[in-house]
Amino acid sequence: MTAPTTNSTTADLPSDAPPVPEGATMVTVKIERYNPEVDDDLHWESYRIPALPSDRVLNLLHYIKWYIDGTLTFRRSCAHGVCGSDAMRINGVNRLACKVLMKDMFAKKGETTITVEPIKGLPVEKDLLVNMEPFFEAYRAIKPYLVATGNEPTRERIQSVAERERFDDTTKCILCAACTTSCPVYWSEGSYFGPAAIVNAHRFIFDSRDEAAEERLDILNDVDGVWRCRTTFNCTDACPRGIQVTKAIQEVKRALMFRRR
Amino acid sequence: MTTTEAPLSVDKPRSSTRPAARRSNFELYSWIFMRLSGVVLLFLVLGHMLIMLFLDGGVHRINFAFVAGRWASPFWQVWDLVMLWLAGLHGGNGLRTVINDYSRSDRTRFWLKMLLYCSIVLIVVLGTYVLFTFDPNIS
Repeated sequence: MTAPTTNSTTADLPSDAPPVPEGATMVTVKIERYNPEVDDDLHWESYRIPALPSDRVLNLLHYIKWYIDGTLTFRRSCAHGVCGSDAMRINGVNRLACKVLMKDMFAKKGETTITVEPIKGLPVEKDLLVNMEPFFEAYRAIKPYLVATGNEPTRERIQSVAERERFDDTTKCILCAACTTSCPVYWSEGSYFGPAAIVNAHRFIFDSRDEAAEERLDILNDVDGVWRCRTTFNCTDACPRGIQVTKAIQEVKRALMFRRR
Repeated sequence: MTTTEAPLSVDKPRSSTRPAARRSNFELYSWIFMRLSGVVLLFLVLGHMLIMLFLDGGVHRINFAFVAGRWASPFWQVWDLVMLWLAGLHGGNGLRTVINDYSRSDRTRFWLKMLLYCSIVLIVVLGTYVLFTFDPNIS
C-alpha cells in the first residue's frame, strides 16, 4: 500500500494515539451506546478514526477504547473467530467483529460509515455487552451433553465415519449467539429456543452414540420449539462458522415428523 | 466512583424457567396442516376466483339466482364447504402464530386468541349453516 492517507483531516485524533499508518483511510464508526449508570436509553455516538484495509472491525473498536473513550464496553477474547465472544450487529447484520475485514466495508464513493449495535433480542447491559443468560438457558434446556446408559466402554465409543459425518456441521457451533439474535421470531418472542439451541440439539439427536434423542425431540416439539421457525434464513446468513443452521432446523422437523434418524 | 446495584453473579444460573415438554403433537400437526391446506386452498381459491371474476361475464353476472343455481349442485356445495373450512382454519392458525409471536404479555395473548377462536367458530359455523340450509325459493 503506497496510497497516501486519504481524507487527511486527522487533526481531531487524540494526541497519544499512534501515528496514522500509511494507506489508512478515515472512517466513521457509529456505535449504539448505553451506560446504565448515566443514560436513560440507548443512543448513537460517532467516532472518526483511521482504518487500514487489513484492519478488522474489532481493531477499530480497540482503537476507540484505547485512545478515545475507555468506557466503551464489549466482549472479545481470542479475536480470531473461535471463542464466539464478539458477536455484534455490524451494518445491520450479525457478525463477529474479529472476522469482518475493513477492505470489505469501505464505501465505493465518499466516506465510509460503519454502524455497530449490540445483538438484538437480549437485554443490553452496557454498550455492546448483552446479558447472555436467556440464550444459555435455552441452550441448557435441550441437554447439550452425551446421554448414554449401560456399562461405559473401556475404550472410546465406536462410531463409523458416516455416523460421525451425519452431525459434523452442527459440531462447529461456538455459541456466539449471532444466529439466535438474528432470528425475527426470537426478537419478538424470547421463549423460542432459537437457532443455536436447535443446532446443538441436532448435534446430539443425530449422534449414534447418544440415547436421549427422543427426549430432545419432545422438548423441541413443544410450542417454543422448531415449529416456530419460519425459515427466513437469517440464522444461516449470520453464522460465522458457516453452519447450515436452517437446514439443521429442518432436519429436526423431519425427524419429528417421521421419528426416524 | 459510582457502584452498580446489579449483582455480580446470576441468581441460580442452572434453574430452568421452562415448563417440562408436554409431549403433545399439536404444533407438529398444525404445521403439517398449514402446508397441506395451503396446497389445497391454492387450487380451490384460484378456481373460485376464476369462476367468480373472469369466466363467462365475470363478476357482473353474480346475483342471487347465480348463487342459487350453483348451490343446487352438491359439487359446488362441497367445494365451498371445504374452501370455507380450510380457509377459516388455515387463516385462523396463521393468526394464532402471529399472536403467539407478537403479543407481549400472556394476558394480551390469551384474550387475542379467545377473540380469534370465537370469530373462527362464528364464521365457519354460520357459513356451514347457510350452505346446508340454503333455500333458493326464499321470498
